[in-house]
Amino acid sequence: METILLFAPLVGALICGFSWRLIGEQAACVTATGFLFLSCLLSWIIFLTFDPAAHENGYYSEPLFTWIASGSLDTSWGIRIDRLTAIMLIVITTVSALVHLYSFGYMAHDENFKEGESYRPRFFAYLSFFTFTMLVLVTADNLLQLFFGWEGVGVASYLLIGFYYRKPSAGAAAMKAFIVNRVGDFGFLLGIFALFWMTDSINFDVILAMGPELAEMTFSFLGYEVNAANTIAMLLFIGAMGKSAQLFLHTWLPDAMEGPTPVSALIHAATMVTAGVFLVCRMSPIMEYAPFATNLIIIVGAATAFFAATVGLVQNDIKRVIAYSTCSQLGYMFVAAGVGVYSVAMFHLFTHAFFKAMLFLGAGSVIHAMHHEQDMRNYGGLRKKIPYTFWAMMIGTLAITGVGIPLTYIGFAGFFSKDAVIESAFAFGGDLGQYAFWLLVIAAAFTSFYSWRLMFLTFFGEPRGDKHTHDHAHESPWTMLAPLGVLALGAVFSGFIWYNSFFGHTDEVGEFFGVEYAEAGAHAAEGEHAAGDSHGANADAPAAEGEDHGGEAAYAEEAEHHYVLIGAPGEGAIHAAPGNDVLNEAHEVPTWVKFSPFIAMLLGLAMAILFYLVSPRLPKIWAETNPILYRFLLNKWYFDEIYDAIFVRPAVALGRLLWKSGDGKVIDGGINGLAMGIIPFITRLAGRAQSGYIFHYAFAMVLGIVVLITWATLSIGG
Amino acid sequence: MDFNSLLSIVTFLPMAAALIMALFLRGDDAMAQQNAKWLALAATTATFIISLAILFEFDPDQTGFQLVEEREWLLGLTYKLGVDGISVLFVMLTTFLMPLVIAACWDVTHRVKDYMIALLILETLMIGVFVALDLVLFYLFFEAGLIPMFLIIGIWGGANRIYASFKFFLYTFLGSVLMLVAMVAMYIDAGTTDIPSLLQHQFDAGPISLLGWQIAGGMQMLLWLAFFASFAVKMPMWPVHTWLPDAHVQAPTAGSVVLAAILLKMGGYGFLRFSLPMFPVASDIMAPLVMWLSVIAIIYTSLVAMVQDDMKKLIAYSSVAHMGFVTMGIFAANQQGVDGAIFQMISHGFISGALFLCVGVIYDRMHTRDIEAYGGLVTRMPAYALVFMLFTMANVGLPGTSGFVGEFLTLVGVFQVNTWIGVLAATGVILSAGYALWLYRRVVFGDLIKESLKSITDMTRRERMIFAPLIVMTLLLGVYPSLVTDIIGPSVEALLTNYDVALAQHVPDTQVASH
Repeated sequence: METILLFAPLVGALICGFSWRLIGEQAACVTATGFLFLSCLLSWIIFLTFDPAAHENGYYSEPLFTWIASGSLDTSWGIRIDRLTAIMLIVITTVSALVHLYSFGYMAHDENFKEGESYRPRFFAYLSFFTFTMLVLVTADNLLQLFFGWEGVGVASYLLIGFYYRKPSAGAAAMKAFIVNRVGDFGFLLGIFALFWMTDSINFDVILAMGPELAEMTFSFLGYEVNAANTIAMLLFIGAMGKSAQLFLHTWLPDAMEGPTPVSALIHAATMVTAGVFLVCRMSPIMEYAPFATNLIIIVGAATAFFAATVGLVQNDIKRVIAYSTCSQLGYMFVAAGVGVYSVAMFHLFTHAFFKAMLFLGAGSVIHAMHHEQDMRNYGGLRKKIPYTFWAMMIGTLAITGVGIPLTYIGFAGFFSKDAVIESAFAFGGDLGQYAFWLLVIAAAFTSFYSWRLMFLTFFGEPRGDKHTHDHAHESPWTMLAPLGVLALGAVFSGFIWYNSFFGHTDEVGEFFGVEYAEAGAHAAEGEHAAGDSHGANADAPAAEGEDHGGEAAYAEEAEHHYVLIGAPGEGAIHAAPGNDVLNEAHEVPTWVKFSPFIAMLLGLAMAILFYLVSPRLPKIWAETNPILYRFLLNKWYFDEIYDAIFVRPAVALGRLLWKSGDGKVIDGGINGLAMGIIPFITRLAGRAQSGYIFHYAFAMVLGIVVLITWATLSIGG
Repeated sequence: MDFNSLLSIVTFLPMAAALIMALFLRGDDAMAQQNAKWLALAATTATFIISLAILFEFDPDQTGFQLVEEREWLLGLTYKLGVDGISVLFVMLTTFLMPLVIAACWDVTHRVKDYMIALLILETLMIGVFVALDLVLFYLFFEAGLIPMFLIIGIWGGANRIYASFKFFLYTFLGSVLMLVAMVAMYIDAGTTDIPSLLQHQFDAGPISLLGWQIAGGMQMLLWLAFFASFAVKMPMWPVHTWLPDAHVQAPTAGSVVLAAILLKMGGYGFLRFSLPMFPVASDIMAPLVMWLSVIAIIYTSLVAMVQDDMKKLIAYSSVAHMGFVTMGIFAANQQGVDGAIFQMISHGFISGALFLCVGVIYDRMHTRDIEAYGGLVTRMPAYALVFMLFTMANVGLPGTSGFVGEFLTLVGVFQVNTWIGVLAATGVILSAGYALWLYRRVVFGDLIKESLKSITDMTRRERMIFAPLIVMTLLLGVYPSLVTDIIGPSVEALLTNYDVALAQHVPDTQVASH
């Protein structure tokens, strides 16, 4: 079943891409979509029936055949299923199947292609191919196969961003996405090298169990003696930063919006960009013993959440707003992973996939209705024209802004998962916990502002822009609306239904992820025994902090129900080092902390209402009174310009210098000086310099070699 | 079937065909041209099919030379052929590619018969290099191979072919002269030109003094340097690489393919056959230098590739960068490094060959290699766009293509030896994406607006059939590289074991000497 699940999209892609001339365009696209729905069905079966307790260490794997084997390096293709994989499977295949369906409507007519050009089979084949590589990524049972999927999704993303190949901007964006990702992959590869060097393996069953040992090891890296666990974790995180568009390596994601909108929903919102979060969670048994690396993850994650949200405030392209929003939400996920609550990182990944895919597809529906106009300044008043899309977007917005009633279990998906992240950050404690907490709360306010801004600009107020376009705005076909409906279900209910599995009490989370748990008291002794003092600095300090904030009431409850995860590294889908009690602490944070995201959300909403409903002149006034800040945000903190100045231009200039001066003057000038002196000499000897006499030179050479060999053989003989 | 002369048959079959062509094929009309091409195609295909028997006969677990043939020859020399796990795949690579090369020059009209003869003789000489087990024989094949290549560039090449062919010849030839001297010295020292015996022979590695210079590694070092001069130029390594871009640019498509896919591999093969096993002490001393030169090559030529306007030059520079991974892996002297280096050479044979063929496809149509002259080809040439994309990605080292495996293994190998070199070499991963995608974007993407391209046609059936085997090999080796590593693994392991033993034995010597 797992094999069928994995290969169905590939088969679909191949059939669709190579035989559409035989079976017809429509049939080809239907085939690809059919295979994906099959894959999706199987994924849900696996997700719902998977019982970690039934398998040793909470996972099972099916080896397929050997891949790269050299000396002690031995990797195979295989399928590994555990809870992390199962979650990713349903996210990937569900969104992908829906996006396939949606694309029938969205890609039906496209002005980027001429009459009679077949572009749809190519599009569906790319989508299915992407899904295949993404599935390979999450089912990998070694780092190298994961890297195959990692690069595979990169290529699919490259092809799809550049899908409108006639547009120069699309070509540039595709290239940028690939190359920036390669910068991350560079770190990822080095992480793999270091890991292999230290553990002599890159298979998960070996390396994941070695977290505590790695924390004790050191190796010489670039002249410094470094801690193995920290260095490896940091290098792998660089890979994650690239793929998940974290600060400094984020610049490709907004540009990736050049691709068709279904692609943005599938790849650049729900699945591929979350691969970095998946990687960090997958490597949790190593991350847990790498305090510097996890601190770095928290710092970068929180900074990204904040940075991207600020840029999102002022963007005018509807897709770019959502793209920055994605970037920001990924930052939330990394913070959750960084503070050691991997289940919450996965929770937010899971809910985010639904509501963000929905927002993108909703935006696609708006763009479709408005004849590929993407500038929100030309929207307005579309509520009546496209009511279904409006309501879908409304649900998405309610979900992303985290609407719900604090202290209860009533709310949209984002309410559960985002609050869980924020509470975990607070519970982590210390300066870092406070830093992350406040940045995330501020980002939550910004999120609310830009999300509502998008809604108000698009659906409320007076129609702006081209009147003809507005008059002809039309609701999308059912193939586009049905996926919105399904995703809406996810955006509303996914948080509520799976809350306990991801962020419930420790015992429930442990059961869901297949990690052993025990009463806290029993654990204390074991913790001492198993962990030694390797993790001390990381885990103990936050625990102490957490207690301060936890309050008295918490203790009473804890005395009865305090479970902790005690699975050894590599047992179960995620790992918590002894002493990592953030999951518990997160439930015990003060009430004001639990209210803070709610208040932030209300603030953002109020500001958006003021700026875009009550007094639409305000944004302009604000921009005029704060021109520097406005331009700074509008130009995305000038990252592109800075990178261009310090990386791209110097690289090209250096290339030219090395070519013209290095190869041309120094090497050729030097070495050739001799050769160029000889050639005219030879040609003078031959007396003729025309090319027709090339045989003469050849003859002279043969003669030369014969003489040399004769001399050599004679001297050998003598 | 009798396999006693299998290697000889495979080696000399192409030359026999060339001889028949030279003696019996008359005239230069269309008919004669057609006959020459078909005869060449038949001969190279037959060679490939027969060479498959080598693969079947070859036992990978046995680490010595196999299918050995030994005969008396003129002047008291020995004619000795044989293959081991290191060389056998290079033979296969050569026989596999040559029919495709012949098919790729189907549209040539200028002196077709001579062209075919040159290519066939070249094939014999190239196979000879990989199977020769006698120094003199090796040298003969190694050097004589220059002549047909020189002619191919010089007669069927581009406008500036004379300069390029001379540059090619002088660079590679001057390096080889030193190698010849070293070979004579080896004979005097060991008393034999038999390569298997020389592999057993221990050349003196005690420090010697020459003209007041103290030379560590002594005799081994001198010999090593002489061989290095020849192989480094062949690879080519930085900074003696500048002949390659010129040669490629001027060479006809078939010449470029042979040059990049097979001739460049002779340097790497030489390092593995001579430098590492015969002069281990010197190799060990010089390994850091070679690896640093390799890293410089990777970064330097990748940057230079990025700013090229000529498609062939760009790919030529990228070849130099990829060969950097090879030399780096070889001198990392561990299993992953050397396995990766051999794999990279095999894989690069398919990929670079295919890339030069890709250039050839559009050069045949537009007669320009200038990147600026293209753009938007995907609209009129979708099949070409797909093939070119695949090989661009393989060149970038995408996992799933053979390009990844070699790069990955050499980097794994070298990282364990020196992290600085590992990290700097890994930047090649980023740079290669830069130049390769930039090329692809300018040629294939964008709107097709140039008037001259409006009527360009997609690949013909013949062209597709040339690419098909290359695509299969690139993907097959990318997904199931054990096809290669199973064959080379045991031989590489034996080589490295001997290497380590030799180094271990040497250490006491020097300690004794110093006391």
